Amino acid sequence: MLADLFDNIPLMIIATGALVGVAASLLGTFLVLRKNSMLSDAISHSIVFGIVIVWLLTGQQSGPVQIVGAALTGLLTVFLTELLVNTRKVKNDAAIGLVFPVLFSIGVLLINLYARDVHIDQHAVLLGEIGFVWLDTLQIGPYRVPQSLVSLGAMTLVNFTFVALFYKELKLATFDEGLARALGFAPVALFYALLGLTSATAVAAFDSVGAVLFIAFIIVPPSAAYLLTDRLWKMILYGSLISVASSILGYFLATAWDVSIGGMMATMTGGFLLLAFLFGPRYGLIAQELRRYSQRQDNEGRALAVHLYNHEHEPRELEENAVGALRNHLRWSEEKARRVLVRSLDQNLIVRDAEVLHLTSKGRAVAQEILEPWLHDLDRRRE
Amino acid sequence: MDALLALFQDYTVQNVALGAALLGISSGVLGSFAVLRQQSLLGDTLSHAALPGVCLGFIVAGTRQLGSILLGALLTGALAALLMLLLTRRSRLKTDAGLGVTLSVFFAVGIVLLTYIQGTNNASQGGLDSFLFGQAAAILRSDLYVMGGITLFALALVAAFWKEFKLVTFDPAFAGSLGLPVTVLEVLLTVMTALAVVIGLQMVGVVLMAAMIIAPAVAARQWSNRLEGMVILAAAIGAAGGVFGGVLSAAGRGLPTGPLIVLSISAIVLVSLLVAPGRGLLWEAAQRWRNRRHLRSQQVLTALYEFSQRHQDPAYKTEQGMVNAYYGVGTGPTLAQLQHRGLVRSMSHMPEEGVHWELTSSGRIEAERILKNLNPQES
Repeated sequence: MLADLFDNIPLMIIATGALVGVAASLLGTFLVLRKNSMLSDAISHSIVFGIVIVWLLTGQQSGPVQIVGAALTGLLTVFLTELLVNTRKVKNDAAIGLVFPVLFSIGVLLINLYARDVHIDQHAVLLGEIGFVWLDTLQIGPYRVPQSLVSLGAMTLVNFTFVALFYKELKLATFDEGLARALGFAPVALFYALLGLTSATAVAAFDSVGAVLFIAFIIVPPSAAYLLTDRLWKMILYGSLISVASSILGYFLATAWDVSIGGMMATMTGGFLLLAFLFGPRYGLIAQELRRYSQRQDNEGRALAVHLYNHEHEPRELEENAVGALRNHLRWSEEKARRVLVRSLDQNLIVRDAEVLHLTSKGRAVAQEILEPWLHDLDRRRE
Repeated sequence: MDALLALFQDYTVQNVALGAALLGISSGVLGSFAVLRQQSLLGDTLSHAALPGVCLGFIVAGTRQLGSILLGALLTGALAALLMLLLTRRSRLKTDAGLGVTLSVFFAVGIVLLTYIQGTNNASQGGLDSFLFGQAAAILRSDLYVMGGITLFALALVAAFWKEFKLVTFDPAFAGSLGLPVTVLEVLLTVMTALAVVIGLQMVGVVLMAAMIIAPAVAARQWSNRLEGMVILAAAIGAAGGVFGGVLSAAGRGLPTGPLIVLSISAIVLVSLLVAPGRGLLWEAAQRWRNRRHLRSQQVLTALYEFSQRHQDPAYKTEQGMVNAYYGVGTGPTLAQLQHRGLVRSMSHMPEEGVHWELTSSGRIEAERILKNLNPQES
């Protein structure tokens, strides 16, 4: 039964993509919240250097040594960047953009010089070969399991354990670094641990999605999730779900059109981000517009209530608080006047007596809340 | 020497050198503005986002025709920049996430299109891969005209709007208060960064183009405090590094051009960061050391002066051991230096008690001058 599962190539490919996404979202959430997204760009480029160096030294193309070695390269990138920033000659963004191209260039050159015939060729570096994950298998008990799946599964587990163990500390260090430091939670060490794990995950994902597409997996799902929720754990959850959905959709679209599977999965994460950007319940573009629209309408209703309240019990009340006055005195267009009238009648703010408008007690309260807030407060206190 | 000459007479090498020079000049000039406006990583996003444009240009033209490919790259680059702005302005995503998201998703779309083109088995798609890492050897003479035209156009724009760009770069709020169309100028600068990216695509490829935007500008900044000087130097550094790396790649064993150019320019950056007068790290360290020495010699001189004042004896001879004890460090070198400047003289006051020092008359005047500068109101 299980053996069938592991022999199911599409399932293995989808599972690999999903694991990349879940492992990455666990960490990417914190990178996005800490405004360090572009560090993942730097790390995923420069691990190429680490992978080549470890390969030249040990001859290993994957496995734990590779992961540790490349994780150190990732940390080296961050360290060098901070070193440059600390000279105060280079701004943070420029420093990132100086360090990773150098490491990446050395990596690509070394590949060209020494590794022409090995599987780390320069295109695999960028694209990965998620379609071929089932070629490299590992015998575990009676099952032959794709090696990428094993290392990615391990990374997912490690990342999950890290986030679960240090959830409180990570949360505090992300949202209030000063307080975290004052309380002795060592936010800097935590940050470096986070980036070390990011590098390790990038290496584990390297064979399947390559260096650049990994950025999509680590940044885009958490960004989309950020547009959907305010709660940290929900953000991690939504990010992971988006990754899984992207892997499934991406696989089937890619096989249908015969294009890069990894590329299509990454493209799908972008699609989900676009959806969240447009239709997000609270921060989405449409929700924002709707909120703005209803606020505008509420304000129009308030303006009418204030106008009526001002002229209540005045000698000219019958003239001022008439339907026609909306157009002549408030200079509203016919259409706008009718819209506000209908809405205010619906909301029971006013009642209409032929051409004359009267405030209801609810409408009067609305006007008082604006014009005489102290009365309003008094009323409330009396209640 | 002859070998070098022969190298430059080679047709391919000439093309590569010219192309690299064009690339270096344009990315140096336009990158200066990007770096000063703290938009270094926008170059990274723009260059990755050029990949789908390259593929679309190829699909539309049907062949590897540089004009349409570069136009496509410019369009998707600009679209990515626009989307980035939209994402950061109209949602709660911050700049870094906006950059990362557009970079990776556009690149992913590019990869999808690239594999789509490969799937259609078009015979002339071979050259398309070179846009990833750059393949200078693949540059044709006709490509140079396109690159040259774009470079000239970009440089002309910079010259025409020099004053406006300068103002928007350094003080956008002030520029706005003068009635300049700040947003239009900023968009123009961003589009021009995309132009620089487009010029470099063939030489260094989409992945490393970010370094071409940033590195020459950072190196040039070290040597000049004026925008004019920085822009010209950045162009020169970009061109020099570009030609060196490009020729190395064309002459060598088919090594990818992009990494070689990037490493050449990064070497210039490293040297500039270390030794540039005024801002170099080594220069600053030397300056600090000189300051410290100067301060110490002033301290010792005034101490000798104070001793003689307290003893009401202008020719008072201070024992060196006492000055050492006073400062807790050996003051021998400092005293020797003061003696060299003719401000103190050593005396063997009492041979068994070691060296003694006394102020010369010019030393006295110098010490009085220092003390007066320190406390101007007391005297």
